Amino acid sequence: MAEIVLVPKGKIGINIEAEVIRPDLMAGKPKAEIEGMKVWQGPVELPLKEFFDIDVRGAATAEETTIIIDGDVSRVKHIGHGMKAGKIEIRGSAGMHVGAESAGGVIVVEKDAGAWAGMEMKGGLLQIKGNAGDHVGSAYRGSWRGMTGGQIMIEGNARSQLGAGLAGGQIVVSGNVENFCGMRQGGGLIVVKGDAIRGVGAEMAGGNIAVYGTIRQFAPGFVENGREENPKVGDFPLEGMFVKYTGDYAISKNPKGLLYSREV
Amino acid sequence: MAATIIKNGYVFDPLNGIDGEVKDIFIRDGKVVASLSGAEARDATIIDATGKTVMPGGVDSHSHVAGAKVNAGRLMRPEDHYKSVRAKTDITHSGSGYTVPSVYKQGYDYAAMGYTTVFEAAMPPLEARHTHEEMRSTPILDMGAYMVFGNNWFIMRYLKDGDVEKAAAYVAWMMRTHKAYGIKCVNPAGVENWGWAKNVHGLDDHNIHFDITPREVIRGLAEVNELLGLPMSLHLHTNNLGHPGNWEITRDSLQITSGMDPKNKTEVEWAETKENARRKQCVYLAHAQFSSFGGTSWRDFGSGVKGLVDYVNGADHVVIDNGAVPFGPATAMTGDGPAIHDLYMLSGQKWANCDIELECGSGVISLMYLKGSPISAVQWAMGLELLLLVKDPWKTIMTTDHPNGGVFTQYPQVITWLMSKKARDDTAKECHKWAYDRSSLGGVDRELSLYEIAILTRANSARTIGMSYRKGHLGVGADGDVTVYDLDPTKLNVNDPAALMQKFARPDYTVKDGQVVARQGQIVAVPKGRRYYCRPYLDDALEKEMLVDVKNWFKYYTLGFSNYPVPEKYLTNPVPIQVNKPLEAVVRR
Repeated sequence: MAEIVLVPKGKIGINIEAEVIRPDLMAGKPKAEIEGMKVWQGPVELPLKEFFDIDVRGAATAEETTIIIDGDVSRVKHIGHGMKAGKIEIRGSAGMHVGAESAGGVIVVEKDAGAWAGMEMKGGLLQIKGNAGDHVGSAYRGSWRGMTGGQIMIEGNARSQLGAGLAGGQIVVSGNVENFCGMRQGGGLIVVKGDAIRGVGAEMAGGNIAVYGTIRQFAPGFVENGREENPKVGDFPLEGMFVKYTGDYAISKNPKGLLYSREV
Repeated sequence: MAATIIKNGYVFDPLNGIDGEVKDIFIRDGKVVASLSGAEARDATIIDATGKTVMPGGVDSHSHVAGAKVNAGRLMRPEDHYKSVRAKTDITHSGSGYTVPSVYKQGYDYAAMGYTTVFEAAMPPLEARHTHEEMRSTPILDMGAYMVFGNNWFIMRYLKDGDVEKAAAYVAWMMRTHKAYGIKCVNPAGVENWGWAKNVHGLDDHNIHFDITPREVIRGLAEVNELLGLPMSLHLHTNNLGHPGNWEITRDSLQITSGMDPKNKTEVEWAETKENARRKQCVYLAHAQFSSFGGTSWRDFGSGVKGLVDYVNGADHVVIDNGAVPFGPATAMTGDGPAIHDLYMLSGQKWANCDIELECGSGVISLMYLKGSPISAVQWAMGLELLLLVKDPWKTIMTTDHPNGGVFTQYPQVITWLMSKKARDDTAKECHKWAYDRSSLGGVDRELSLYEIAILTRANSARTIGMSYRKGHLGVGADGDVTVYDLDPTKLNVNDPAALMQKFARPDYTVKDGQVVARQGQIVAVPKGRRYYCRPYLDDALEKEMLVDVKNWFKYYTLGFSNYPVPEKYLTNPVPIQVNKPLEAVVRR
């Protein structure tokens, strides 16, 4: 086992783009090399050591390497972007794009995460213990293909367009979501244990969404399709009595999307 | 007196019949010269090309790189941009975009790949200002644009009346007014019908209101082209594009101009060439791949290239560019609005559509060509069949119809397939089985030589559009545009496709007007390119008569007549080409 500890040196002005903070890029490298890895801050490229005190404890493979970020990095974007293995522990809040396009490994955010967390994620686990911003596990703007695999767990709330274009994998939110959760979903599973505002599953053609709480404004293109007690969606068990809907008929003639809404 | 010597390279210059001869190329003040004086040679920049391949700078005669539809493609595809970025350097701008790059990135990417001249293949008159603005911001490249006329109200009206001279007077005035280089004809008579949610499907279908047929438009515009004596021939995008079985209408469309006499009446100084550098064709077929579909439906769809190629092999008035499909994301953009709607019905992808007043239409859609898709796989095979089955390379030009079939940065991949049977077989193995089952590509052993590649990517593209008076070769007086590939022709190994592709993707040097602009993929100088356009003339009295008609119908336009022209200040380094100078202008019969 090896640990690479990054301690933020103080307040960061312009957000930095730190897709180099990845166990599979840092594993086995000497301290000086990690300190010299380049990150963009606005129009300039600077070494990582401008922003972090770095301590390297041991050397191991990516799988055996944990990066610990000890402090608030809410102005650091793209942490773990595209990572394939290893672990990142963020003992504070993370900036935008944490774990975006990651294909493996584990990221744990102790506090909040910014927008685009787990965007177009392909595999691995992203755990956010606080709240998350917009576009969690979604497709990039203009694309209709979001997360394809892996798991995102949010213990707090998430904002709008969670799982937009979701094609695979699983997103579980313990709190509430806002608008257009599961928009244009084609596969995968979204579970919201709290409430949603509106547009849940809008334009969805496949996949599953379950909402335990209330949906304030239900999308009009869904058709009721029976009731089920403690249904199992894939291998995910839901608890309680659910009304099952098929949709969204507003777009597709033969949609395969299922929306489970728990009876109050 | 800046001079450059490209020393000791294996030179491939088809318009001068030079096939891999070891030669020095001398450039003085931006032009190729026979030799340099001792003093000039002493101060010259020397490029050591020993053991390397030297070709004229690449000429792309068909690409979509400037104008409203290109920008619509950028706007509707943010996902195309964020993964394909280019950081700024001390001399270059930043840029982004894969299938539709920003203007700066386009210029740098073309130059880094060894191309120095690129022509925008569809400029609607109303979008001419926008097109020139984008070209003005495109660095390094020499450019020009073809103007879309195939559904223009004035053209349709004059040709229906059988008044070819008046149509020619209109075209001449429009080209001078909007700074256009050639005539493009897109889905003749069909796009006008699209305004009424219809199309035309046969060469003798009459369209709505104008009652004109595609055959009449094609013949009329080709006659206008030769009456004026434009440097390039009619550039034709046929009817029924993208429909199974369309190869027959394509063949019949090419037949229309058979027997016509190509006339280039430009007032330009021709650089020395051994071969005849004047165009021989009366019709230049655009993106033939999209126009040579076989079968009758998507179920029995297959390559119809064989039938088309049989015709082209026997005809001497045709040049085609292939519009290859090298797989991956693409953005289809064309003046053929209904064709884009058909693609939307097939793919369900996001799309845009536009009616351009009295002139034409346009559509844009995002696409993905997948190796596993049977239709994409056949299209890939067809794009290569077209260039491999036409026997005479002087009838073919290599393009991807960027960004319709693929992206121009994939040219090195297309070249590799053309040069290596192994590369084709390797790719076919990854493709849906239709690739070889529904085309003849699997049985084609031909591997193009470097000489033939030089014809397809420079010499013939320049000759076909009449730029060979200065481009596409290295004869005395030609522009000093040279590409040096780190490729030793005596040790050529076409069985290592990846290595071969890399050599074409990253030339050692790209030289523009004698100045090194790119070195191993890095941009090292950013000169401003030239903008070519034609100034054709016809009878003055006829032009006055014609302008009365134009002003009369200008009430249907959303802008005023005086705001219509594009002044020359929109062009960097404008190069007007005089065509059919007033003294010799045609006098009305």
